[in-house]
Amino acid sequence: MDITVNILLTIATAATPLLIAAIGELVVERSGVLNLGVEGMMIMGAVGGFGAGYLTGSPWIGLLAAIALGAVFSLLFAVMTLSLATNQVATGLSLTLLGLGLSGMMGTSFVGQPGARLPNLDIPGLTAIPVVGRLLFGQDPIFYISIALTAAVMWFLFKTRTGLTLRSIGDSHTSAHALGIHVIRYRYLAVIFGGACAGLAGGHLSLVYTPQWVENMTAGRGWIALALVVFASWRPWRVLAGAYIFGAVWIGQLHAQAFGIPVPSQLLSSLPYLATIVVLVLISRNKRLTMMNTPASLGQPFVPDR
Amino acid sequence: MSANQDGANLLEVRGLTKIFGTLTACDHIDLDVAKGEIHALLGENGAGKSTLVKMLFGTLEPNSGEILWNGQAVTITSPGFAKKLGIGMVFQHFSLFEALTAAENIALSLDDGSPISTIAAKARALSYSYGLPLDPQSLVGDLSVGERQRIEIIRCLLQTPQLIILDEPTSVLTPQEADKLFETLERLRSEGKSILYISHRLEEVKRICDRATVLRHGKVVGHCNPREETAASLARMMVGNDVQAVVRAPARGIETAQPLLEIRALSRKPATPFSIPLRNINLTVRAGEVIGIAGVAGNGQGEFFESVSGEVPQQDAASVRIRGKDAGGLGITGRRLMGAAFVPEERLGHGAAPRMKLSENLLLSRHATDGKVFVGAGGMVKSDAIYAASQRIIEAMDVRKSAPDPEAAALSGGNLQKFIVGRELDRRPDVMVVNQPTWGVDAGAAAHIRQTLIGLARSGSAVLVISQDLDELFEISDAIAVMHNGVLSKPLPIAEATFEKVGLLMGGAEPGHVEHVLETS
Repeated sequence: MDITVNILLTIATAATPLLIAAIGELVVERSGVLNLGVEGMMIMGAVGGFGAGYLTGSPWIGLLAAIALGAVFSLLFAVMTLSLATNQVATGLSLTLLGLGLSGMMGTSFVGQPGARLPNLDIPGLTAIPVVGRLLFGQDPIFYISIALTAAVMWFLFKTRTGLTLRSIGDSHTSAHALGIHVIRYRYLAVIFGGACAGLAGGHLSLVYTPQWVENMTAGRGWIALALVVFASWRPWRVLAGAYIFGAVWIGQLHAQAFGIPVPSQLLSSLPYLATIVVLVLISRNKRLTMMNTPASLGQPFVPDR
Repeated sequence: MSANQDGANLLEVRGLTKIFGTLTACDHIDLDVAKGEIHALLGENGAGKSTLVKMLFGTLEPNSGEILWNGQAVTITSPGFAKKLGIGMVFQHFSLFEALTAAENIALSLDDGSPISTIAAKARALSYSYGLPLDPQSLVGDLSVGERQRIEIIRCLLQTPQLIILDEPTSVLTPQEADKLFETLERLRSEGKSILYISHRLEEVKRICDRATVLRHGKVVGHCNPREETAASLARMMVGNDVQAVVRAPARGIETAQPLLEIRALSRKPATPFSIPLRNINLTVRAGEVIGIAGVAGNGQGEFFESVSGEVPQQDAASVRIRGKDAGGLGITGRRLMGAAFVPEERLGHGAAPRMKLSENLLLSRHATDGKVFVGAGGMVKSDAIYAASQRIIEAMDVRKSAPDPEAAALSGGNLQKFIVGRELDRRPDVMVVNQPTWGVDAGAAAHIRQTLIGLARSGSAVLVISQDLDELFEISDAIAVMHNGVLSKPLPIAEATFEKVGLLMGGAEPGHVEHVLETS
């Protein structure tokens, strides 16, 4: 029983950073902007979160620093692609490369240092309940943030007028502009929100998952988050499902490797990617729904003629 | 009935100028719109009409000049500000969001923050009171162009504007839908609203407008009362000289002529969730005749053209036959080699590569059919031969250009279209299929293109023309078929075709039903 609970907890821990980064990127892409710099913003959040936590001794300050650094880093992308109308793909890629390099440089003195760790929730009485107690009331704070964030984004996009406006910009920025909607302003806010989320996801890695600083510690999670958004056809609950499938198969194959199952480890390592894609493609079979949810102006620079 | 001439002017425009690079799109435009009048803004494509209204609606910034609203000078900096003043706009190229519902689309342009359900109820009530029924829950992507325009109009009316700008509103409507629109506009005028009505269709301007301002090459060339003018005198003001009428010599012996293009039970599944399936289309085009296909935009004409041209090959090879041989399984090059030629609707990016020279565009479309002339040993391109051929086409079609061999994108729409049509005609094709031959082309060039198409047919080719412009089809066709919702009607011989009959078919009436309606009415 304890083993099952432990495995479920590790799955949640593996899925949480993917979920947060992907939900942030989902909002960005729903506004019609393709930010391929998720990996870069995440690693900046990771190094910033670790650094601030390590230097002040407070993981909570580390958490805020992670969010802030991700947001500031995304602002760079926003200025380039939205104000200067540069190519979003190229700018996003360079943001990732810049983030990986910059974080390595900033983190040289942190390597091998013990970091601050965010404590798990501990509610007297509730957390001690067998099985469900630790699953529901004993996880790290960012886990709860990730679930609340998914629900909030869902509500925002589909129940509020501002969310409708954001989706309309993603569908056609020229039409939105013709209606007098401030396309660029909305996109700035969306990109910064996405950056803050990526930063938070990075902070989760260096403050919860493995509370230390290792160069390139995001290990491609930003790219997985990006893929999740597309395969989940830009729908929040599917992103959540995708992140947890990925986390579950990831943890599963780690255990399988530990047991020494006679399957090449490379094949096992590729399983999470394969499983996530298969499941998300299966649930996205409805072409019509997919069309309705695909932001049609994704990746196109918007320059209003003046 | 007539304009409230003694009432104050709602809108006055003084010396409004807009310059794009070296082009003066609007040159010191003066315009007055009185309260309670329908004011026409007439002009050919490229005369500056759209630029002018974009400045009035705040999406473009004028270089100089001023706008007075109720006598007060205003600077319209954004569409939001224009809406606050009381200016509403119904766009030519709709500003709708396909993936959202009608109600959501309407909600986006209102700032009052009321819930979608309230807006949907209001929109439904308003739409029925104006006789423009609308289901607020329907997805825009599923709607016909006419229905989309209703959303634009309802959305505009919900903002209770004092001035409504309509940009070429009838270009996407059936004649019957247009009548409905005119009723709505007359009702709005009787409610004291002003309407700025942009069009190049003279008959409808004569019918509903109280005054007209005519633009040519960015300048105002006259103000007039369209009711006192004739269509010919308005056309002369618009174009600057008399437009040569197209002459269609009667076609003889068509019934016995050889069928050059045959379409047999052509069906196609929708390619995307929002596109139209083709259902069992049958059509024969014989040597010597021009067949026109009418229809409201978005009823499957684009899908039909793709299937006939071979951009999308068919499963059933016999569904398209060119000169008596099966061509359904072939791609566009294979069909060209059988003697067919195709001109797609979109000029830039489909009919021509924008950033390539005219001679290069010629090679792109004819490298296979004219391989021996244009391509030498070892696949080397014979630039001289291609250049000579492109100059021959330019001369034959009277293409006006600024350089000997300019990029396609450097030509105006009309001149590029002349080149693209000429490129295909130069081959003397046996079968010619053209989608929207004169869309956005000025009157002189359009007449030239139409005359050339008739000439090609009379010299023994089969010509198939898909167009939304009914006047054009009546001018050039020997028979007109109508496409509605992916179904093609039987061709009506031109002697039997009337606007009314074709219009009913465009609106989706059954052919038998059309006869019935016309007999009882």
